[in-house]
Amino acid sequence: MSALTDLTIAEARAGLAAKRFSARELAAAHVEAMERAKDLNAYITPTPDKALEMAARSDARLAAGQAGALEGIPLAIKDLFCTEGTRTTAASRILDGFVPPYESTVTSRLWDAGAVMLGKTNLDEFAMGSSNMTSAFGGVKNPWKRRGDARDLVPGGSSGGSAAAVAARIAMGATATDTGGSIRQPAAFCGVVGIKPTYGRCSRWGIVAFASSLDQAGPIARDVRDTAIMLGAMAGHDAKDSTSVPRAVPDYEAALGRGVKGLRFGIPREYMLDGMPAEIARLWEQGIAWLREAGAEPVEISLPHTKYALPAYYIVAPAEASSNLARYDGVRFGTRVAGNSIEELYENTRGAGFGAEVRRRILIGTYVLSAGYYDAYYLKAQKVRALIARDFDEAYAKCDVVLTPTAPSAAFAMGEKMDDPVAMYLNDVFTVTVNLAGLPGISLPAGLSSDGLPLGLQLIGRAFDEETLFAASHVLERAAGFSARPGA
Amino acid sequence: MSLDKATVARVATLARIKVPDADLERMAGELQGIMSWIEQLSEVDTKDVAPMSSVVGHVLSQRADVVADGGRADAVTSCAPERVQLGDGAFFVVPKVIE
Repeated sequence: MSALTDLTIAEARAGLAAKRFSARELAAAHVEAMERAKDLNAYITPTPDKALEMAARSDARLAAGQAGALEGIPLAIKDLFCTEGTRTTAASRILDGFVPPYESTVTSRLWDAGAVMLGKTNLDEFAMGSSNMTSAFGGVKNPWKRRGDARDLVPGGSSGGSAAAVAARIAMGATATDTGGSIRQPAAFCGVVGIKPTYGRCSRWGIVAFASSLDQAGPIARDVRDTAIMLGAMAGHDAKDSTSVPRAVPDYEAALGRGVKGLRFGIPREYMLDGMPAEIARLWEQGIAWLREAGAEPVEISLPHTKYALPAYYIVAPAEASSNLARYDGVRFGTRVAGNSIEELYENTRGAGFGAEVRRRILIGTYVLSAGYYDAYYLKAQKVRALIARDFDEAYAKCDVVLTPTAPSAAFAMGEKMDDPVAMYLNDVFTVTVNLAGLPGISLPAGLSSDGLPLGLQLIGRAFDEETLFAASHVLERAAGFSARPGA
Repeated sequence: MSLDKATVARVATLARIKVPDADLERMAGELQGIMSWIEQLSEVDTKDVAPMSSVVGHVLSQRADVVADGGRADAVTSCAPERVQLGDGAFFVVPKVIE
């Protein structure tokens, strides 16, 4: 039998049911591996004692025949989800000392399903970034390296710690969140699978808010089936989040076997960017061929407002962030930097507590919402957003799912793209439209770049049709046969 | 449109973020770069387009107007940088606001 840390969630579930190993052994194997892989900086707060305790309770439930859907499965939690009694940082100094007295709905559901918490993973500060370099706890190292090049690479962001942990086999799966690509881009950079479900599928309650009309939680895992298993446990209506949708959660795992015969998949011509690396274009062509060979039919589609998605996003997201982050005031939780008046206390606390990128986005958001500019910026962006959603509506009259690359490049080196904020923002060019339109999107590893780094393909679905994404990505996964591993 | 030092200082005050004077010039440059990139939105004809108000056409649900939670002052103040217990109540402490 291979190492316990190499198993998929589905394999571990079968092994636990057959009593080939215990949940405690599984947790202990991961805790040891985490210790050995500390250098990656994937975890901000490892919780080994909690993991072993939770695993012992899982063993008791397994013995009593009361196993949940994720019983005994060791997971990493992005440090944006509030966890009762375990510090939650959002990778920001401003949340220093914050130990939530409550648990996020998504993590509650995972624990109810029997999952075991290994720790809290690193991320870009307040999930604002595409490289994990904005974390107050330092960047995460991607477990992958370019062939013959010892330089450390970024894992992508913002869910970089989650993606790196899953790729490095120091978590079987991880929670993540996606506001502009923060699940899918790091999944692509680390050679793992990540799905951002439809807006409203997962409750946002207890997740540190970035941009409320865009944020959505989802899983990262090593194969499509594992993300389906995890999403099934994470999703569902929650009265505590008024934007969570009261719809039954389908059996996602059952959708994997549906195949794609007769499915029409759209190829948006606007995604063929000038200067797209040839190997990304080739991978996309290969994806088209794989789906076609499996009986699906390619359809050329047009998403004419694609070009405007990122600029619209950089109004909507900072505007909402500037409002959401107003709560960090040095009074109720987190860091406080003293001042002579309450205004000075606010200004000193926020000036010292927020990192450069967070400050930048709050200032942009405050500016575009300030008197006289609301119509010119926020309202304009929400109109452009309506047009982007309409582009997809019109495309879905001709196709059932859309196939694109996930990111315009493979992982880059730590420290690259740090001088020009806009160059960093362009990482999300293929993913951000999906958030603006509220649609589900999945990224899966489909090949390697010429220097040996994973590259991802993205499938975008109709609202609430995650099942088609799982079916089609399962077909692509089998065709791609991606078996490369980091550090190999 | 230009985002100069004075504008950045004004916006920083609105956002209650202390920005050292020495940083204003650099930040004005960065923000100006981002805003001029955003300006391309003006090319899009949005006449007769309603702004998006709900991402997936979800209608917010109604619920009974009743107190469903509360009475947790200890939990609410448990992470405060400075708190004080007075009798049965837990309070946040801030610099004096009323003269």
